[in-house]
Amino acid sequence: MLHLFIVTLLYFFGYQKQKDQLRGSRRTSRIVAFYGLTAPPYELDALEPYMSQKTLEIHWGKHHRAYVDNLNKQLANSPLYGLTLDELVKVAYNNGNPLPEFNNAAQVWNHNFFWESMQPDGGYMPAAGLLQQIEKDFGSFPNFREKFITTAMSLFGSGWVWLVLKKEEKKLAVVGASNAVNPLVWGDIPIITLDMWEHSYYLDYRNDRGKYVNAFMDSLVSWQSATARMARAEAFVNLGEPKIPVA
Amino acid sequence: MHLSAVATDAEGYIFLKLTYECKLSKIRIKFRKACEKQKKKKKRIRKMVGRCRTRITAQLELKAPPYSLDALEPYMSRETLEYHWGKHHRGYVDNLNKQISGTDLDGLALEEIVVRSYNRGNPLPPSTMLPRSIWNHDFFWSSMKPGGGGQPRGVLLELIERDFGSLEGLLNEFKQAALTQFEKDNKLVVQKSPNAVNPLVWDYHPLLVVDVWEHAYYVDYQNRRPEFVSTFIEKLISWDAVSARLEEAIAQAAARAEEDERRREEEDGVMDDGDAIEMYLDTENESEAE
Repeated sequence: MLHLFIVTLLYFFGYQKQKDQLRGSRRTSRIVAFYGLTAPPYELDALEPYMSQKTLEIHWGKHHRAYVDNLNKQLANSPLYGLTLDELVKVAYNNGNPLPEFNNAAQVWNHNFFWESMQPDGGYMPAAGLLQQIEKDFGSFPNFREKFITTAMSLFGSGWVWLVLKKEEKKLAVVGASNAVNPLVWGDIPIITLDMWEHSYYLDYRNDRGKYVNAFMDSLVSWQSATARMARAEAFVNLGEPKIPVA
Repeated sequence: MHLSAVATDAEGYIFLKLTYECKLSKIRIKFRKACEKQKKKKKRIRKMVGRCRTRITAQLELKAPPYSLDALEPYMSRETLEYHWGKHHRGYVDNLNKQISGTDLDGLALEEIVVRSYNRGNPLPPSTMLPRSIWNHDFFWSSMKPGGGGQPRGVLLELIERDFGSLEGLLNEFKQAALTQFEKDNKLVVQKSPNAVNPLVWDYHPLLVVDVWEHAYYVDYQNRRPEFVSTFIEKLISWDAVSARLEEAIAQAAARAEEDERRREEEDGVMDDGDAIEMYLDTENESEAE
C-alpha cells in the first residue's frame, strides 16, 4: 500500500513538473528596455590636470549613473516608457511645465553630450567651416569665447551653457539655461555644452568658476565633435546659399 | 547687550539685534513696554556712536558664524567653512555692496532689501539673488552649532508634535524635501525653495534652514547628499536657535494681531487715548523693519 502511495505521489509531482515546463515554453517573455549609462569616449584620467580623475569618477560614476538609474526606475510605471532619449526630453518638458521625468531625462542627455563635448588635448580653435560660421555670427572667435565665458559666469545656481545653432534664426548663439533645461526643448540644435553645476568643478576648482570655464575653453572643448555636430546640423538648417557645383 | 560690537554695524543690524534680544527676554511683558525699552536703547546707542565717532557705513557686512571655522568638525570640515563662508558668502556680500551703492537700496537693512528687491515675484534688477543668498547664509550659520543635534524642547517640541505628529515625522519630511530638491535651494521646515528664494518674501517667519547647494557639502560628502542631511539633523542643528526664533515669531504674530485689532478699532471710530495712537505709529515702523 505504502509503495503504491509513494508511486502515486511521484507520478503526481512529475505531472506537475511537466505542466510547468509546458506552461513555461508557452509563456511569452517580456522584454524591458531601459536607458544605459554611456561612458565618456576617453579614460577617466585622460582630462588631467584640467578635470581630475576623481571628478570624473564621481561626476560620471555617481551623479550621471544615478540619473540613469533613477530615470529607469521612474519609467518602469510611466506612460512615457519606450521613447528615445531625445524624444523623452522634449515630451517630458511639456512646453514649460515639466513632468517629473524631465529632470532625470534631461540630465542624462546633457551629461552624454557633455562628455562628448570634451577631449584630451582639446581647446584651441575650431577649423574651417565652423570657424567661419562663428566669425560670421559673433564677429570673431575671441568675441565668441568672451560671450561664452560671460554667460557661464552669470548663471546663478545650477545650469548649463550651450553653443547652439538656432533653427529659426539660422545662426549660432550662446545660451545659458538653468538646472537641466537644454536647447532641444526649444527646437534648437546644440553644438557644445559646459556643465555649470557645482558638482562639475567643485573638487578641482572649488569656487573659482572663472578658472574652470577658461580651462574648458583653452584645454578641454572638443572642436572636432563640434564640427561633426555642425555638419549634421546643416542637414536640418539652411545656413546660406547652396554651393551648386559648376559642371 | 554688547553695545560696542553692535555700534560698528550698519544701523539695520543694530536694530535687528535689539529687536531679537529685547523680545527674547521680555516675552511676557506686553508689547508696548518692549517698544519703549527699544526706543531708549536706540537713543543710548546713537549717543554712544556719536561719542565713539564710529563711522556707520551704509554697506552690509559679512557676519561671521557664531563659532570658529573648525568647530563643526568632523561633520563639516574647516575647509568647507573656509570656502563656503570665506569665499561664497563673502563674495555675495561684496558683490551686493558693489551693486547697491548709489541706488535707493543703499543703506537699508538686509531684510528690507530682500523684500524690496523680490518685489512680490517680479524681481527688480540688479540681481535679487544676492540679498537672499546673504540672508540665507547668515541664517544657516546660526542654525548650526558645535555639539548640536539632540532634541528640541518646550514650546517648539509641542508645536512640532502638533503639526507633524512627532519629531520623527518632522525630520523625515525635512529629509525628504532636502533630498528631492532638484534645483539648488535653501530649504526650510516643510518648505523647499529653489536657488535663493527665502520665505521672508512670502511673509513667513523662517525657523531653520539647510543649504543643499552642492558647495555646502561637496568637499566633505561629494554626491552623498542624504548623508549630509542626516548628519546635519543629528549633529549640527542648533535647536536653541530654532526655539529662540520661534519665540520671536510668536511675539511677532501677537504684535500683528494687536496691530490689526487697533486698526479695526480706529476704523470703527473708537479712539484710544493719545498714547495708543502714538504707539500704533511706532508699532508700524517696528514691524516693518522686522
